[in-house]
Amino acid sequence: MIATAGVAKSFGRRAVLLDLDTRVVSGRVTALVGPNGAGKTTFLKLLLGLARPDAGEITIAGRVLDGSPEYRAAIGYMPQMARFPAHLSGRELLATLVSLRPDGAAPDVALATAFDLGDAFMRPLGTLSGGTRQRINAVLALAFRPDLIILDEPTAGLDPLASRVLKDRILAERAAGRTVLITSHALPELEELADDVLFLADGTAKWQGAASALKISTGQGTLERAVAQLLAGRPVLAAA
Amino acid sequence: MKVAFQLLRPAAREALRGRWLIGLAVALAVTGELLIRFGGGGATTVISLLDVALIVTPLAAVVVGTMQVHNAREVTELFLAQPIARGRLFTGLYLGTALPLAAALTLGLLAPFAWHGLLATPVAGALWALGGVTCTLALIGTALAFVIALRADDRVRALGIALAGWLACAVLWDGIVLLVALMLGTRAVDTGLLIALAFNPIDVARVLLLLGTDGAALFGYTGAVVQHTLGTTTGHLVLLTALLLWLALPLGFAARTFHRKDF
Repeated sequence: MIATAGVAKSFGRRAVLLDLDTRVVSGRVTALVGPNGAGKTTFLKLLLGLARPDAGEITIAGRVLDGSPEYRAAIGYMPQMARFPAHLSGRELLATLVSLRPDGAAPDVALATAFDLGDAFMRPLGTLSGGTRQRINAVLALAFRPDLIILDEPTAGLDPLASRVLKDRILAERAAGRTVLITSHALPELEELADDVLFLADGTAKWQGAASALKISTGQGTLERAVAQLLAGRPVLAAA
Repeated sequence: MKVAFQLLRPAAREALRGRWLIGLAVALAVTGELLIRFGGGGATTVISLLDVALIVTPLAAVVVGTMQVHNAREVTELFLAQPIARGRLFTGLYLGTALPLAAALTLGLLAPFAWHGLLATPVAGALWALGGVTCTLALIGTALAFVIALRADDRVRALGIALAGWLACAVLWDGIVLLVALMLGTRAVDTGLLIALAFNPIDVARVLLLLGTDGAALFGYTGAVVQHTLGTTTGHLVLLTALLLWLALPLGFAARTFHRKDF
């Protein structure tokens, strides 16, 4: 679904990504992990065209990114704990997104029902709690039946019930053949979701492959312990 | 253009529900009401209001513009992640900020004259000119604010630069120009003064308005020079062109910055 080759990006003098080669496989959930400052958010921004690489090539669904916007029609993006306009309601923001899209298809708001958002969807976003805003954020990201779903810390601020609902939805999307790329600091959250792991550190992909292979090669039983071993920089057997 | 108007509606809604744009319009209307009550609604009232408008409009525009760019940062990223081109998004975000502001300021300024029935009196022409120039200054100030805020990622720094720019144009520039003119003596004033004037959009707007209100005479020698040199059709056209350049150049620069920016 996603392939990057030799992607480099610096902000001013600070090099964030150097020579990043990655592959994200279709129809699977990939966990994007790495220490703070590893370039995870920058990587996501490059995929979305929010920032452009200094060098290298990014291919999404067979299309090389060249600055034209059409490929984003198939991407759903949930930014990290976003603060959206305080006086607009979730429904108005959703209507705005609908109006920006060329197809004008009716949005899928089943997730709003699953979250039991009720009239919170009609109230100004500024009056809602962080967790409620985060639920609306998730509804917006999944409203247009995207083939590629990019979630940046999606469960941050969600209560266990809402987190459960969102994870069920992610698994349902995978079952429907969608590709999911997800970052989270709460690795146990990713345990039941992640098929693959993409580990970034120092601006490169230090490890990528199946989560099960990572557990085997690190000799650890859980994703959290396996990633901790990667973070600690201890030697790991090459991915199968 | 469709996208631009799609963004205008939610932006205007957000601005109106924020209430302080309405507060600004009401404050201007109250000021106008007081000036009419004490000044009688003639040419002097219009000139007093002109001074208020020339100070308040750019200030409101640079503050609203820089705050808006930074407040809307996250929703801008969400919009950028949609399948639309950046250029259209820029137009939408700019118009969504500039038009509600320009409308609030112009309505606030002209409302008292409207309800006193002064929009059909001899001062009407000057009033409409005041409305038009206020609108243009609001669009210019917002464009400059977009340039500053898109290039300065820190919101306090962006606001600081915007306020310093406003202070320079609204207050310092005239003082410096006057000082230089005094030092150079009277011979250099004519052309030098007029060139210096073109570098300050507030001055361009002021002269343009004074030429339309017989107010130039109130400004003594400088006013006379300006009236003599620019009080012609050509002069008006030059001033209008200067004002439109002050809109087009920053707007083009802001659009280019937005197009190339890494969010």
